[in-house]
Amino acid sequence: MIKSLKNMILIGIASLALVACSQQGGGGNSKKSKTLENTKKAGFVKCGVSQGLPGFSNADASGNWTGIDVDVCRAVAAAVLGDADKVKYTPLSAKERFTALTSGEIDILSRNTTWTLSRDADIGLTFVGVNFYDGQGFMVRKNSGIDSVKDFKSGISACTNTGTTTELNMRDFFNSNNISYEPIAFEKADEVVQAYDAGRCDTYTTDKSGLAAQRTKMSNPDEHKVLPETISKEPLGPVVRQGDSVWEDIVRWSLNVMIEAEEYGVDSSNASSLKDSENPQIKRLVGTEGELGAAFGLDNEWSLRIIEQVGNYGEIYEKHIASTGIMPDRGPNELWTKGGILYVAPAR
Amino acid sequence: MNLKNPKILIPQIITVISLISVIAYFAFNAQVNMGNRGISFGYGFLSQEASFDIGFSLIDYDGSMSYARAFLVGLLNTLLVSVIGIFFATLIGVTVGIGRLSSNYLIAKTAEIYVEIFRNIPLLLQLFFWYYAALRALPLPENAINIFDVSYLTVKGWYVPKFIWTNFSVFLISILASIIAIIFVVKYAKKKREEIGQHVPTFSISFGILILFPLITFLVGGVTLNFQIPVLSQMTTTVFNFKGGVSIIPELISLAIALSMYTATFIAENVRAGILGVTKGQKEAAASIGLTKSQILKLVVMPQALRIIIPPTTNQYLNLTKNSSLAAAIAYPDIVLVFAGTALMQTGRAVEIISITMGTYLLISLSISMFMNWYNKSVAIKEK
Repeated sequence: MIKSLKNMILIGIASLALVACSQQGGGGNSKKSKTLENTKKAGFVKCGVSQGLPGFSNADASGNWTGIDVDVCRAVAAAVLGDADKVKYTPLSAKERFTALTSGEIDILSRNTTWTLSRDADIGLTFVGVNFYDGQGFMVRKNSGIDSVKDFKSGISACTNTGTTTELNMRDFFNSNNISYEPIAFEKADEVVQAYDAGRCDTYTTDKSGLAAQRTKMSNPDEHKVLPETISKEPLGPVVRQGDSVWEDIVRWSLNVMIEAEEYGVDSSNASSLKDSENPQIKRLVGTEGELGAAFGLDNEWSLRIIEQVGNYGEIYEKHIASTGIMPDRGPNELWTKGGILYVAPAR
Repeated sequence: MNLKNPKILIPQIITVISLISVIAYFAFNAQVNMGNRGISFGYGFLSQEASFDIGFSLIDYDGSMSYARAFLVGLLNTLLVSVIGIFFATLIGVTVGIGRLSSNYLIAKTAEIYVEIFRNIPLLLQLFFWYYAALRALPLPENAINIFDVSYLTVKGWYVPKFIWTNFSVFLISILASIIAIIFVVKYAKKKREEIGQHVPTFSISFGILILFPLITFLVGGVTLNFQIPVLSQMTTTVFNFKGGVSIIPELISLAIALSMYTATFIAENVRAGILGVTKGQKEAAASIGLTKSQILKLVVMPQALRIIIPPTTNQYLNLTKNSSLAAAIAYPDIVLVFAGTALMQTGRAVEIISITMGTYLLISLSISMFMNWYNKSVAIKEK
């Protein structure tokens, strides 16, 4: 009798332990993100950026990074850690950027990277959105007499960055127009600018936003012009590692709420005052309705912090790209309600 | 080495096993981690289309060819700049090394200053100097530096006439035949000198053969050589370029110059050490039997000095070949920039590509050192 009682107690304790374990495991697994845990432990978001591209990610003389790519990381920091400035920036060349991400040196790659199939599917990465719709263009000297890409003749020399979609698109373009060209590919954007400036190459090609940004670094910016044609699609956006879907969602939706905030007129100055708004979607964006944060394992003010500390997409664009003169005309990077193609899924 | 002795055998076996297990551990670790992150491993990507063009290539290359072909282009470019570098480094190095020992104060001092300057500045900085400061100062094509109206030096490249051959293979065979003939002549002259002390003018005969054989192919072998001279053409109102001819890109020129000037300093010091390493008694004895200074250098000093010069110079050749990977800093499409750069970025296959690149450099270095060891053995004095 005592033996069977002992057995029953043992079985009871064992099953309780099993249930408790499964509860913890089951309940925790759906919100478990190794990257999120490591970020909270470290106290900063590890962000991979460019080596200096005005408007996107550029460090000033005292080492402060600014730009729309930087702001994606700052948004994630605001959502996850409460402070948008808790980010560690790692400048990366085009060569190291993907390896740095897959090896774990950085957790977000926000480096004006073009979203392509082979990058998304083949190397263990996932693109989580587009923060700038761009296209590839050509820059020539104003006095060269070239007014359009139709004026290109065989024998032209073109400088660009190595290992980018630019190199591939350039080849496709010249081949389809039967123009023989001389490609000169440098690793760093500064070297390309220097080569083009010295006359080593007749044209400089990269994303149009890059052309506009790099023109500011030339010895005589007014001597150069960007040709009107766009020869490719370049959707630029942040990238994360495959396999951590919670982290993926956090980065994706941090970007999405910034765009949706502009759609609903919520910006960094009025966000907290809109907590009692009539519009339920605005209330969701500022955290007074719904439990959206819990879906990622965050508190409910995650989106409010993003909007307050970083701003909505319009503010970011204005601050870094429009007012600096890089691309005052938003072009496709405008809300869908205003003629652009920024249409994100609703945060609800 | 008595391998049967357990005291010697067991530590060796343990070392080998631990080495293999360390390598296996890292390989397994990489495989597991890459699997976890969804990165595949395999060398099949080499047959995929490369989709990028290369600005300078010794063989036919187009973006529609495979990554393996792009690798070959990069490899040939690396070998090209290494061979050019080794050639000029040896030439400059031997000259400067002997010059430093000259009794002429000006020559000796100039050589010393050259060595001290170019030895102590990092190679990358020297390379940047030649590419950005020196070569970028060259004029645009419309104001090119004119070399006898057949060759033009511009910031876009050094345009030289293109050699257009017919029946080039016949010409090559004649060169080969003349080399074989010269070897026979040298052997014959040596035999004659040892047997009856007769001096055969090998140099003049060899020179004659080298000129005569190829000349015959021009006259009767059907070999012709035409030159395509570069011509300035206008592309737009202000953009000019040269059409025809061959363009030697400034990236190649600056890399070759930087590598040669830098490595020559080390070779010069090796040569100087080798010559100084020959005991003074040798020179005195040679002088006492009536040899002139140049004869002493050629017949007595250099053969003994070469034994001292060649091994460290082999090192310098290997260094030069590996240093050519700095090409990535100035857009010269060598194997590092094309394969371990562009191809790596496009495919994302870091482990495979870096392993291939390392293996290639290892192979090149081993070949150079094998050749130099053979050469060392052949010129070494057979001590009795």
